[in-house]
Amino acid sequence: MVTALVDAREAAERVVDPEMPMLTLADLGVLRRVETAGDGTVVVTLTPTYSGCPALEAMRDDLRAALQDAGYDAVEVRTTFSPPWSTDWISDEGRRKLAEAGVAPPDRIGPKAAGAPIPLTLAPPSQTVACPQCGAADTEEVSRFGPTACTALRRCRSCAEPFEHVKEI
Amino acid sequence: MDTHSPHPGHDENVYDALSTADDDGRWAFGTGFDAGDAEITAPAPEGVDRADVATYCLMLADDALIASQRLAGWTAKAPELEEEVALANIALDLLGQARVLLSRAGHLGAAEPYRVGPQDDEDVLTYFRDDRAFRNVTLAETDLGDFGRTIAWILVFAAWRLALMQRLTGSRDPVLAAVAGKAVKELTYHRDYAAQWVLRLGDGTELSHARMQAGLDGVWPHVEELFLAHDVERRLVEAGVAVDPAELRGDVDAVVAQVLPAATLTRPETPAVGLVGGRGGRDGVHTEALGGVLALMQSLARAHPGATW
Repeated sequence: MVTALVDAREAAERVVDPEMPMLTLADLGVLRRVETAGDGTVVVTLTPTYSGCPALEAMRDDLRAALQDAGYDAVEVRTTFSPPWSTDWISDEGRRKLAEAGVAPPDRIGPKAAGAPIPLTLAPPSQTVACPQCGAADTEEVSRFGPTACTALRRCRSCAEPFEHVKEI
Repeated sequence: MDTHSPHPGHDENVYDALSTADDDGRWAFGTGFDAGDAEITAPAPEGVDRADVATYCLMLADDALIASQRLAGWTAKAPELEEEVALANIALDLLGQARVLLSRAGHLGAAEPYRVGPQDDEDVLTYFRDDRAFRNVTLAETDLGDFGRTIAWILVFAAWRLALMQRLTGSRDPVLAAVAGKAVKELTYHRDYAAQWVLRLGDGTELSHARMQAGLDGVWPHVEELFLAHDVERRLVEAGVAVDPAELRGDVDAVVAQVLPAATLTRPETPAVGLVGGRGGRDGVHTEALGGVLALMQSLARAHPGATW
């Protein structure tokens, strides 16, 4: 018998992402379930953003500590890979916090057609990403791969500031 | 752990957070990926040979593991900081795919013959297997050479693996399907990255064009092997678990046909590297390049097989 625990969920939801600490795990959309098993163990199910996300281990440790602080001694953190995380799971609140912290939030991409070959992108993406510093739309991609697995590097042509963009996945 | 705070995740002391394993010692060469996780412990699909699924997981894991180790060789040596970050990110994505697949292979029994200590399955399989036990395609182990050849290598590898993973999302094995679902998104970025560089270098200066063409010519002999099915793959295709590699040729050819003319490059005609007695990387028959990759990857762990910190 597995029953959802409100307080444990709240405690888990407040834990912040180790690489983007302006976001909670709930904002990021990686917290799948918080349940309590028959023996009282709190079982938290996480999903990684990228397969090799090095922050996963830190998230587990932080979740265990936060739940122990909230009075739950027996905590088990599980990982699930399916369905795969998408940036669409970042909440509106999370998007607002990213922008406030100077990180451009991802566009919403919606579900993709299954089975069709994925088109190759040869030209630089035509996507408009507004500068989180000055709001100008005239920005360019510097590199598709940034300091964390989930960000790209961009530069604003108007205010000349570099910034990170959480790239759509 | 007695000397540490009882709640080491607290952000007031970052050093505590570095040593918060729930056991007393953490093996020095891995971060303790938990093989007890959701999908990994699922049984093999009904009516399918468990050892076959384990071997297939090893094949796809080893492709990514060895490719990741090769790409990591660019760290601190890439031509630009941005490219170094990109190559390291691609390597990290592949390593992540490999870790889940290795854990799955281990759960299905693949790690037992190699176990020397208390390590997790993924670490046993990474550090304590010899070259003949690695199942990667030989493309994964080849020397990446210069940046042009590295880009050619990523284009072919990512186009092929993306075509494979896209089809694998429908696998009857829940771990293979889940890994594939994530890998498709990651590999799409890898393939675009390589294709855009092929275009830039091929249609760039005389020198960049020549080196990009030479890079393509250099990796081409390993392309044919990507489409050959091993007996394990054939059996698992029948069972709805694996993808038939022969099906992937069309997708890879389409990418090549789109990118090379746009980059003013020509499709190489270098002959394929032959199999040895009909056997290749999937059978554990490798080129001598794999030995060097494994020496670098495994020597420290083998020198200190029980080390913890």
